[in-house]
Amino acid sequence: MAKHLRVFRHTPEHRKKGTMRRRLPEWFVLLLPAFIIMAAVVLIPLVFSLYSSFTPYKLTRPSTLWRWIGTSNYEKILTDVKFWSAFGRTILFLTIALNLELLFGLLIALMVNKVTLGQRTIRTILMFPMMFSPILVGFQFKFIFNDNIGLANNALQALGISDAALPWLVDGKLAMFSIIFAEVWMSTSVFAVLILAGLFAIPRDPLEAAKVDGCTAWQTFRHITLPFLMPFIFIALTIRSLDVARAYDIVQIMTGGGPAGRTELIWTLMSRTGYVDARMGLANAMGYVSILLSIAFTIYFFKKLSAARSELGFGDKI
Amino acid sequence: MNRSQTHRSRRRILKALHLLGLFLIMALICIPGLWIVLNSFRPTVEILAKPPVWTPTFTLEHYRAMFGGAGEGGVPVFHYFSNSLIVSVASTVIAIFIGMGGGYAFARYRFRFKNGYFVGLMLFRAVPGVALSLPLFIVFAQVGLIDTHIGLILVYVAMNVPFTIWLTDGFFRQIPKEFHEAAEIDGCTRWQAFWKVEFPVARSGVASAAIFAFLTSWNEFALASQLTRSVGSKTMPVGLLDFTAEFTINWGGMCALAVLMIIPALVLTFIVQKHLIAGLTFGGVKG
Repeated sequence: MAKHLRVFRHTPEHRKKGTMRRRLPEWFVLLLPAFIIMAAVVLIPLVFSLYSSFTPYKLTRPSTLWRWIGTSNYEKILTDVKFWSAFGRTILFLTIALNLELLFGLLIALMVNKVTLGQRTIRTILMFPMMFSPILVGFQFKFIFNDNIGLANNALQALGISDAALPWLVDGKLAMFSIIFAEVWMSTSVFAVLILAGLFAIPRDPLEAAKVDGCTAWQTFRHITLPFLMPFIFIALTIRSLDVARAYDIVQIMTGGGPAGRTELIWTLMSRTGYVDARMGLANAMGYVSILLSIAFTIYFFKKLSAARSELGFGDKI
Repeated sequence: MNRSQTHRSRRRILKALHLLGLFLIMALICIPGLWIVLNSFRPTVEILAKPPVWTPTFTLEHYRAMFGGAGEGGVPVFHYFSNSLIVSVASTVIAIFIGMGGGYAFARYRFRFKNGYFVGLMLFRAVPGVALSLPLFIVFAQVGLIDTHIGLILVYVAMNVPFTIWLTDGFFRQIPKEFHEAAEIDGCTRWQAFWKVEFPVARSGVASAAIFAFLTSWNEFALASQLTRSVGSKTMPVGLLDFTAEFTINWGGMCALAVLMIIPALVLTFIVQKHLIAGLTFGGVKG
């Protein structure tokens, strides 16, 4: 049918354009601006940094850019205890944060879904943390967890729960807790909002059939609600995995990787190596490891998303 | 009789727990933000008071200082605000146009390596800002784009294009092909058919992509902190650092600037709230 129409439209004027377009197909013309901007802003710097990760490049001595030292930077990283502990801590941090966000998001969505009065208002409040800049979240919780004047300690002391001031950002374990708290505060709403949207879209029939058949609330949730929510959960995870590195802003502000490197993540270590020590080559090598980490997360969740989608018959693309 | 009574009391307990849980969650979400707003109106003495003062006094001291001259602890708020606004709006508009073109191409055309291109674009988005900022800084320094609006706009366009493509692709896919075919039979060109028929249907997807692009640019810090140097291009998130000295932070002033930073994001999100959720779910899940 479409072919037929196209033939019908072939006036001389169109044919002229047609030959032009045969060289550059329409989809390519449409995608070209996107390709150009991505190449200029992301690809070229990445290629440059890949090259410089094989040199001992120091910002202070530009001539070092032309000395090829092979994989020496990577070897240095791979044998560096500080790097590996930062790497492991990053994985741990992301695993804990993402799981908590998912769990809380699901809980919040289920609770809000049950509300009959003022649901719109609650949903609006839920989106509140999404508007906060990560760096602002960092400052906000640095303020709240300040051991001297912070809200957390003031409240604990006023309620008589604790006499002494807790060193939230000074003690290693508490500092880790604090940055995870900030991260979860910032990102749980993405999960809650998306899962809530999934709950709204759930078809009524299977739920009613389950009720008629005498399913318990848990069985209904486990076998009907949850499978239906899976694509929504994975889309939230995919969106999150695209910018897991936002945690850099928070950690940089709240602890700067301290105390004594106890909250050092791969991103803070990289920025310190690059900007403070000016060892660009080494930092770019670390950057590549962090890029691979982000990409692994993204691909993993994308795969899960497409699997969940095709299971529900939403189509099989990506 | 007895059984129905225990049943009823159990339900009442559950209901109470539900309300309590909701209340706690809402409190946890709201209190940190409200704390910032509250402290922007409190005098510094009171913020630093030990033991804490629980009955706040109201003052506009921090706002006055912030808008005042440099000698009074003022910061160039108007510059930061306008830099942020120019960069965010420009990058959002450009990213939406580029992204819409890309989304349309993915939704409507068949071509080789389509999935490959798509995943490739998404992976570019996944590159962490910090990792990109090191090489980008050097490249931009070579071409003289450090400390300019254009430099930041370019970066944010690149950050927002992949996500825009993803969302709009899902939306265009929802629209039956018959729509634009019918319009073309009626004498529209492909271009006219897009703007008159397909664009209006996909509007809420575009709106949600736009709000996400705006929020990303408005809130971005890791790249902006490296690519801006002076008042001429520093954005609000970078401006927040003006209130930090080596060992002390001017909390009141910082809170005041933070409030100014949140207001536009808040207003904008409320306006397009409905589109936001629809855009995410339809664009992503069913795309």
